[in-house]
Amino acid sequence: MNGSSVATLGHQIARTSARVWRSDLVSDFLHAPVAVLSFAIVLLYVLAAAFPSVFAPHSVTDLASLDFSDAFRPPAWIAGGDIRFVFGADDQGRDILSAIIYGLRISLFVSFAAVAISLLIGVVFGLLAGFFGGWIDALIMRAADVQLTFPAMLVAVLIDGVVRAAFGERVHDQFAVWILIMAIALSGWVQYARTVRGLTLVESGRDYVQAARLSGRPTSFVLFRHILPNVATPVFVVATIQLAVAIILEATLSFVGLGIPPTQPSLGTLIRVGNGYLLSGEWWLAIFPGLALVILVLAVNLLGDWLRDALNPRLK
Amino acid sequence: MISYLLQRLGQSLLVLFIVVIMAFLLFRFLGDPIVSILGANSTGMQRDELRRQMGLDAPLIVQFFEYLWQTMRGDFGLSYRLGQPVARVLLERAPATIELATSGLLLALIIGIPAGIYTAIRGRSIASQLTLGVSLIGISMPSFFMGMLLIWIFSINLGWLPSFGRGETVQLGWWSTGFATRSGLAALVMPALTISVFQIAMIMRLVRAEMLQVMRMEYIRFAKARGLSSRSVYIHHALRNTLVPVITITGLQFGSVIAFAAITESVFQWPGLGLLFLQSVAAADVPMLAAYLVLIAVVFVTINLLVDLSYYAIDPRIKTMAEQKGPAA
Repeated sequence: MNGSSVATLGHQIARTSARVWRSDLVSDFLHAPVAVLSFAIVLLYVLAAAFPSVFAPHSVTDLASLDFSDAFRPPAWIAGGDIRFVFGADDQGRDILSAIIYGLRISLFVSFAAVAISLLIGVVFGLLAGFFGGWIDALIMRAADVQLTFPAMLVAVLIDGVVRAAFGERVHDQFAVWILIMAIALSGWVQYARTVRGLTLVESGRDYVQAARLSGRPTSFVLFRHILPNVATPVFVVATIQLAVAIILEATLSFVGLGIPPTQPSLGTLIRVGNGYLLSGEWWLAIFPGLALVILVLAVNLLGDWLRDALNPRLK
Repeated sequence: MISYLLQRLGQSLLVLFIVVIMAFLLFRFLGDPIVSILGANSTGMQRDELRRQMGLDAPLIVQFFEYLWQTMRGDFGLSYRLGQPVARVLLERAPATIELATSGLLLALIIGIPAGIYTAIRGRSIASQLTLGVSLIGISMPSFFMGMLLIWIFSINLGWLPSFGRGETVQLGWWSTGFATRSGLAALVMPALTISVFQIAMIMRLVRAEMLQVMRMEYIRFAKARGLSSRSVYIHHALRNTLVPVITITGLQFGSVIAFAAITESVFQWPGLGLLFLQSVAAADVPMLAAYLVLIAVVFVTINLLVDLSYYAIDPRIKTMAEQKGPAA
């Protein structure tokens, strides 16, 4: 890429962001306190996950820093607590807050990756089905129907089980993160495909698409440069809602022992491990990671709800 | 009408057929039954011999129809993990899940519908704002964490309810019920509540949205103008017209209730189909997975079909839509 095209690109980005900043969406956003709060929470979570060493008071990867005399230290405000361990410590003296932050990193990575992959699959299939129609449409949408017969949870569990049976336990644990991502991604593509297909069907009939096709533009150009931008907004809303679904799915699968192994704990794995200590009274091992999870999902859901209403022209 | 019925029935059978093909492929290619029967030390000749005896050397298509025939008779082979016929294990576990799912769904309807009506009618009151807020938490709360919180509060700290199992069950023929004993009912409370939380929130929001829409209609204003009591308007005019979509979606939700049941059963060690499924996945018990796949498909396809048909019967507008293009979503 040479200098002038970089300058053009920079100029374009600046122009686009200026347009976004002046748009109704931003002013709507700034006037919705719930949306601002939810966004702040999600942003905080994402930053913490991206830079865990900055946010976490202790390192959980460095085993030498753990002290067994801190094991099962209760939260700071309970007798026996220590201000160094605000939310207490686990069975090996690991700080719970730090474990949550490092676990969040894995949970969010899995969820974002799963959403990105299922968005890609769903959008491409939806575009193809809506644009070409005929047997391509029939094939894709029947596959979607079959999959929609089963809830995403069962589909993800089933994919996990198939991989386990096909490649054995060892391989499964080695690639646990990627298997989990694919399981969640493949369980969610239908939502995008259905949305995009319907919109593409409408857009394909519009004059601008006809004009582009008649002027001899290649089909892929018409699909991705003309139609895609016009179906992108609802896809964005679906993706936000699906992110909450993916976070819950990851945590749930890890909780029942089908997701991330304890060597690299995600939020769900932390709750699973902590669940074993509920009965003996060390409740903070499970309850705090769980609360962190609920707050995150709640914020994402609130943001998704707001986005859906804000982008819906009929509600204006 | 007839052609629509046949079309829907054909679609359902097609879905089932595809699922059976998938189950067959799983069954045939993932678990090698020959090795699992003879052990890893068997010779090639022994394996070929058994393969011939079991008909596994036949063309794939012949094997598939054999599998289809067995499936239709309810013969799913032996579970790798338990060494028992899959069908018998499924039958043993089914009552626990059915009782749990039904109780959860009933609870969801009993709480969700009145809450939805209330929040629609008294939208500005503090109580309904609070209810809406709580419902959002209900949607955002993963069911396993909900179950865990309940166990922590009511079993560990208060000691009111048992934290796992089904309690004492009574055998009625092949059906084992937990409804007949005190301990069975006590054991049901928390799992049923866990399953229903998401459904309560969903039904409530649905009823509210439908009520708000219906109450803007001309005939509601007219009924009010006629001087009918608001109670009569809300119940007889508005609610009635909201119930059709509510019942439809609730029916469709039965599927997700069963999916969430797997998680809830795992939290409460409830001896049902869902727990069995998760254990089978963890043990890569392929015959069990294949059978579960087929079983769930039959349940879901049947429910979807019934819901679609009832919709068609109740709402005459669907008829014209169905004739124009495909079934109503």
